[in-house]
Amino acid sequence: MKNIAVLGVGQTKFGEHWTKSLRDLSNEAGVRALTDAGVEGRKIQAMFVGNMSSGKFIGQEHLGALAVDHAGLTPIPSTRCEGACASGSLAFRKALLSVASGEYDIVVAAGSEKMTDIMDSSVTSALMGAGDQEWESTVGLTFAGLYAMMARAHMRKYGTTREQMGMMSVNSHKNAVHNENAQFPFAVKVDDVINSTMVANPLTLLDCSPISDGAAAAIIVSEDWVKENRDKIPNIDEKLIWVHGSGQASDSLALHDRKSLTELIATKSAAKQAYDHANVSVKDIDMVEVHDCFSINGLISLEDLGFCEKGKGGKFIEDDNISLNSTVSVNTSGGLKAKGHPVGATGIAQIVEAVKQLRGTCGERQVKKIDYAMTHNVGGTGATAVVHIFNRNKVIK
Amino acid sequence: MSHMSSVALMWRLNESRYNMIGTKCTTCNGLYFPPKALCPECRRKGAITPHKFSGIGEIESFTIIHNAPQGFEEQVPYIVAIIKTDGNVRISGQIIDIDVNEIEKNNIDLIGKKVSHIFRRLFQDNSSGLIHYGLKWQIKE
Repeated sequence: MKNIAVLGVGQTKFGEHWTKSLRDLSNEAGVRALTDAGVEGRKIQAMFVGNMSSGKFIGQEHLGALAVDHAGLTPIPSTRCEGACASGSLAFRKALLSVASGEYDIVVAAGSEKMTDIMDSSVTSALMGAGDQEWESTVGLTFAGLYAMMARAHMRKYGTTREQMGMMSVNSHKNAVHNENAQFPFAVKVDDVINSTMVANPLTLLDCSPISDGAAAAIIVSEDWVKENRDKIPNIDEKLIWVHGSGQASDSLALHDRKSLTELIATKSAAKQAYDHANVSVKDIDMVEVHDCFSINGLISLEDLGFCEKGKGGKFIEDDNISLNSTVSVNTSGGLKAKGHPVGATGIAQIVEAVKQLRGTCGERQVKKIDYAMTHNVGGTGATAVVHIFNRNKVIK
Repeated sequence: MSHMSSVALMWRLNESRYNMIGTKCTTCNGLYFPPKALCPECRRKGAITPHKFSGIGEIESFTIIHNAPQGFEEQVPYIVAIIKTDGNVRISGQIIDIDVNEIEKNNIDLIGKKVSHIFRRLFQDNSSGLIHYGLKWQIKE
């Protein structure tokens, strides 16, 4: 692929935004990204918008048009990308490919979700749209229930403990304390996780990412655009973060159709594509935002991305390999668990964090030694997975 | 589950859902449930025919749902499992006629338990809506 960079990023605070609509949030994130990039909105040539389920959450479809209209950027093309909770990363990857094709030189990849306008049980049902409606939803399954079955299978097969899963949430909350955009910027202890309200046994409330509103955006540019506009953007070299690897893969829609309940083949496949693409190995990754929609998925993702052997995820977490500036700094933003999980926005928000970490602007939660950052976004129970790898320097070809 | 209220949407699944009728590829003898119209192994060389499953299986994993989606709120807490049945085919289903609170309180592991299916009411859209029927599972031993 051509050399492509992220020039600007922006996001709203994640949380319950009672006074703000989806369009308000999308605009806020977009304006922040443009301001960060230092470019005029009218320079943007195309938009890609990640969103999972606005039709069920607020009755609004056609989000590509909504976003471009309220950004005042008509008539440029604007396309919605949907892959459940991986929608944001899909929008980013489609934006990348559109630039790689040579069609565009500067585009926006955005993600948004407004989840708190309807009742909780309606949100739970809407989220099940990411699973198999005919054969999972009809027996009363929820997403927490599906991941709980993965957790129980992992516990049984590998001896993973309740405490080890809880430590994933503890790490995310610890990092969120230093993120001004996090929904839950407070620390929790392992006992708090284990003793919180049961949601789907063995997963409790503090194993689960929350219902959130929020939006995030990234401005993506080609190397040619950078050469032509270098003089017009102040401090451009301090902003640019280059995309080194991108991968996307799929698996069965229903969890029960998987060969194994304890691994995500799509994560493995997307990660291999991204590693090969970037010509790096897992040892080169200093910081990763993993898709901890439920604590068990953070743990399984660490295995499937290659940070530890299959089955050793619990021990890896317990032995302090994921905290800030340890073996690999995991979910420095607070992750989905504590930063919040407005599903369509999450993939872009992970990229916002990776970009800020590589720029060295994360303050208290800054990773000290960082060359490569990775983002990992999952749709459903692993039916879609998207992985990206970033670096401060462009790829030398 | 208001979006499931379409009579046609549910009606066309009834034969499979009530009788556990899936499909078999007679080229590779692969079994599929829910039914698949295309054999993923043999592709267009496959020959798909209906296949009735035995209705006997083994619990591969399970959870106890406390936070239910619409239409299931009054059933909590309830157990849902992934059940391995004929030809290593897996399906999700509720485990019933068992003391859920006892299982949870004593942390009883149901993985590996043999189960068989039984026809039951699954859920109702609302007080005046469709009642959906299908298969649930009972522990045999």
